[in-house]
Amino acid sequence: MTMKATLLLASMIALGSAASAETRIGMITTLSGGGASLGIDVRDGFLLALEQSGRDDIEMIIEDDERAPDVAVQLADRMIQAEDVDIMTGIIWSNLAMAVVPSVTAQDVFYLSPNAGPSQLAGRGCHPNYFNVAWQNDNLHEAAGAYANTAGYTNSFILAPNYPAGQDALSGYQRFYEGELAGELYTQLGQTDYAAEIAQIRASGADSVFFFLPGGMGISFLRQYADSGLDIPVIGPAFSFDQGILQAVGADALGVVNTSQWSPDLENEANVAFVSAFEEAYGRIPSLYASQGFDTANLILSALEVADPNDDPDAFREALRAADFASTRGEFTFGPNHHPIQDIYVREVVQDGEIFTNRLIGVALEDRGDAYADDCSM
Amino acid sequence: MTREGYVNSALVAALIGVPLWAHVAGEPFTITLATRAVIFALAAVGLNLALGLGGLVSLGHAVFFGIGGYAMGILAYHAQIYSPMFPDTLAIEGTKSMPVIWLVAILCSALAAFVIGLLSLRTTGVYFIMITLAFGQMFYYFTISWSAYGGEDGLSIYIRNSFPGLNTLVPIQFYALCFALLGGALWLSARIARSPFGLMLNASRQVPHRVETVGLNGQRAKLLAFVISGAITGLAGALFADLNRFVSPTMFSWHMSGEIMIFVILGGVARLFGPVAGAVLFVAMEHVLGDLSDYWHIYLGAVLLGIVLFARGGVIGLLAGQAKGHD
Amino acid sequence: MSAILIVEQVLNGLQFGVMLFLMAAGLTLIFGVMGLINLAHGSLYMIGAFIAATVAGLTGSFLLAVVAAMAAGAMAGALIEMTVIRRLYHTDHLDQVLATFALILIFSEGTRALFGSFPLYLDTPALLSGPVTLPGGIEYPRYRLALIAAGLAVALGLWLLIAKTRIGIQIRAGENDREMIAALGVDIRTLYTFVFALGAALAGLAGALVGAIQSVQVGMGEPVLILAFVVIVIGGIGSIKGAFVGALIVGLTDTLGGVFLPELFKLFMEPASATQIGASLSSMAIYLLMAAVLIWRPTGLFGVRT
Repeated sequence: MTMKATLLLASMIALGSAASAETRIGMITTLSGGGASLGIDVRDGFLLALEQSGRDDIEMIIEDDERAPDVAVQLADRMIQAEDVDIMTGIIWSNLAMAVVPSVTAQDVFYLSPNAGPSQLAGRGCHPNYFNVAWQNDNLHEAAGAYANTAGYTNSFILAPNYPAGQDALSGYQRFYEGELAGELYTQLGQTDYAAEIAQIRASGADSVFFFLPGGMGISFLRQYADSGLDIPVIGPAFSFDQGILQAVGADALGVVNTSQWSPDLENEANVAFVSAFEEAYGRIPSLYASQGFDTANLILSALEVADPNDDPDAFREALRAADFASTRGEFTFGPNHHPIQDIYVREVVQDGEIFTNRLIGVALEDRGDAYADDCSM
Repeated sequence: MTREGYVNSALVAALIGVPLWAHVAGEPFTITLATRAVIFALAAVGLNLALGLGGLVSLGHAVFFGIGGYAMGILAYHAQIYSPMFPDTLAIEGTKSMPVIWLVAILCSALAAFVIGLLSLRTTGVYFIMITLAFGQMFYYFTISWSAYGGEDGLSIYIRNSFPGLNTLVPIQFYALCFALLGGALWLSARIARSPFGLMLNASRQVPHRVETVGLNGQRAKLLAFVISGAITGLAGALFADLNRFVSPTMFSWHMSGEIMIFVILGGVARLFGPVAGAVLFVAMEHVLGDLSDYWHIYLGAVLLGIVLFARGGVIGLLAGQAKGHD
Repeated sequence: MSAILIVEQVLNGLQFGVMLFLMAAGLTLIFGVMGLINLAHGSLYMIGAFIAATVAGLTGSFLLAVVAAMAAGAMAGALIEMTVIRRLYHTDHLDQVLATFALILIFSEGTRALFGSFPLYLDTPALLSGPVTLPGGIEYPRYRLALIAAGLAVALGLWLLIAKTRIGIQIRAGENDREMIAALGVDIRTLYTFVFALGAALAGLAGALVGAIQSVQVGMGEPVLILAFVVIVIGGIGSIKGAFVGALIVGLTDTLGGVFLPELFKLFMEPASATQIGASLSSMAIYLLMAAVLIWRPTGLFGVRT
């Protein structure tokens, strides 16, 4: 067990000694560099669930992938070859997931994705040992398209970075959206200045703007959009409106509609308890990433109650598939390709005292699975 | 034997002994780490030819590393999905055979090095550093948006490619393969350094005008060195892709170029075993420091800084004293 | 595409270029006078943005935040000059690249250790927020106009400093013959520290100004650093005039390329793939430009011929 993980756990959970551990879980996630806030939230949510379970027979090995695919592959090799883990989880980014997951599942280790959901792993590349506990990548974009219809938008301007997830985002939006396109733009990955794009939006005569710009890109876009004086309504997936970055966008995000499978004000028992426990443990409102980490851990815990992944992997897999746990999102089941079937909500950014956060305003898609399940021959 | 000779022998002994011990002790991950170090060393041996011998400070060697990686990725991908490249016209079949992949990787990266070298060698000094960086960025942005081969997601190859007579899935066998290639590259660069060509390169780095005066073409020698250098780094890229069973645009990023350069400087520029020592030390630091703290990059930076400021000539220079390089 | 849109895009390119100039000016000064490649220049930009966000958060004053960012940049610059950079002047470029790369690692993770992993918030001042209507009916953000003005003012000030003042004469002399000016009794160490701190202050200023319309986060300096290098290489390393021209060329190429290349491809391709290919090409455009300039003029547009 690495010192990093030891310190972490020692400070948070009173686990038993490593000798008595029966289940070993490897978590590879992004804990340093620009994308670290997502990985930290997933980890913190996950550890909170473990702590609440009170189990002392689970050993966590947590490593930082630095958002680099080759580092992630190397860590996965180490966890499987040297640490002998039974279950793996934690990866945030689709490109890292594509690098790691196929070889992990091929070596008979379970992988539960707390964030990334690339289409390949949902379709032809699906695997009995792979479970996605977050969403298929297209889901939130599809919901944005569906919401655009109900809001009466007929002429959307859509933009995303020029990389696979961006291309998926724009096609995902158009899967349900029925109106015309006022324009379609691919921006550079990591771009920070959107003046040129905003000018094009202004000139296009659009009645709505859909954008997928995760992380810092979204912050820059929203701030500059507000400053340009444009008042065409904006919609986007939750990634640009999560708790971590809303504070950096500030008032410029107020009133913006976004789609998410989770919201801090979802009124189910599990979620109310989760939000207050998380705030108490970490002193901040949880993000959707934290909720995904929390759900992933609880799913694993529920399956561990039934079977041990080492002794009886088939029974453990069946238990995972049953998804018999109290999800923070309310109803949660797995489709035939081990991807969630869940409601996707519409939220609005609001101000609560000093804090900016999200409030539910409706449901965009009910019991949504994904577009790739038919390609999965499992 | 000189002091540098002892240091080099110790390094070779460790590179043979540690993986063998790990194999016997059942520590496959140690072998994976050693393989990573050896592949990085191979990439850096390539750069060292341009950098140490030719004085060409290339901050774009990730281009060749990436081309080698994508040569492996694309060939193995087409073999994996059983469909040829350009099905309508050329119908080139993919392959899972390492020797074929290596050959393609070497040829492609040599060709790229020829074109980039031809254009870049018109400049010198900082301009050369920056134009090679610019070529690296071009390839990086191109592959990110190249959706046919996965764009930023990259390409996953599910099973490691094969080599006749070996089972490359066994870590120690794949390691032996990489180690042998590193040995070959070291032998080649020792030969080049001692050859008339190498001597001319060295001379044209130090006193270019004299070389030109006696009627030799220093520019052409530099270009040839750059091409060989790129080809070796390309081969390393193909191996790295096979180690990870994965290629992605990060192989083209300027951080990668910087890291390859760090291996060379860390070990000692223009020393035959410098790149090997640098790569081994870097991989070891990555592994050890990464466990200390979430903020381990700070320590890594401090160590690198310490070596530049207080250990001129890199690790080998520190251990072996201010001996001259292999000229 | 309407004329209004084109004018607006040219303004955008101009604004981007002017901000790049603030970064490039420091880099090119430091290289011209001390012969040093400073990869850590982007870290100073990041420090400026973080300090500005912190000060603005505490005091609510944008002006104070900008001043603090410049001061912090200058102080951090002077500090690393005296502890690390000073030892690198007589080494080759290789050691400089490695040492300043190491500084990037230390600054980036150090900032994250101090400020956390979440992006910070820095707002535009109320006086400058929102759009303004220009002649011809162009609506343009007031803050971006202010950025153009600020950048041009700094460029002018820098030109005055170097062309008209005593310290400027020393700087120019230092570029040409450092032994000679040392022999003439100029304290070369102090001069170097001053030049480095000046460059660092400009980077800090750029970070603060740009931070108000972008996200203030760890790693924000690196993309800008690479662009700034492209700028000074196109302009000719060591030349302030070159940096200015290069910055405008890069700013305009990047902005206009992103707008017009997809339009160009739409003339003969279907829209979806045209936007994608156009976007790919435009992300490579400035590097293609730089390679072309160097092949044509191996020391940049205004570089010293060797």
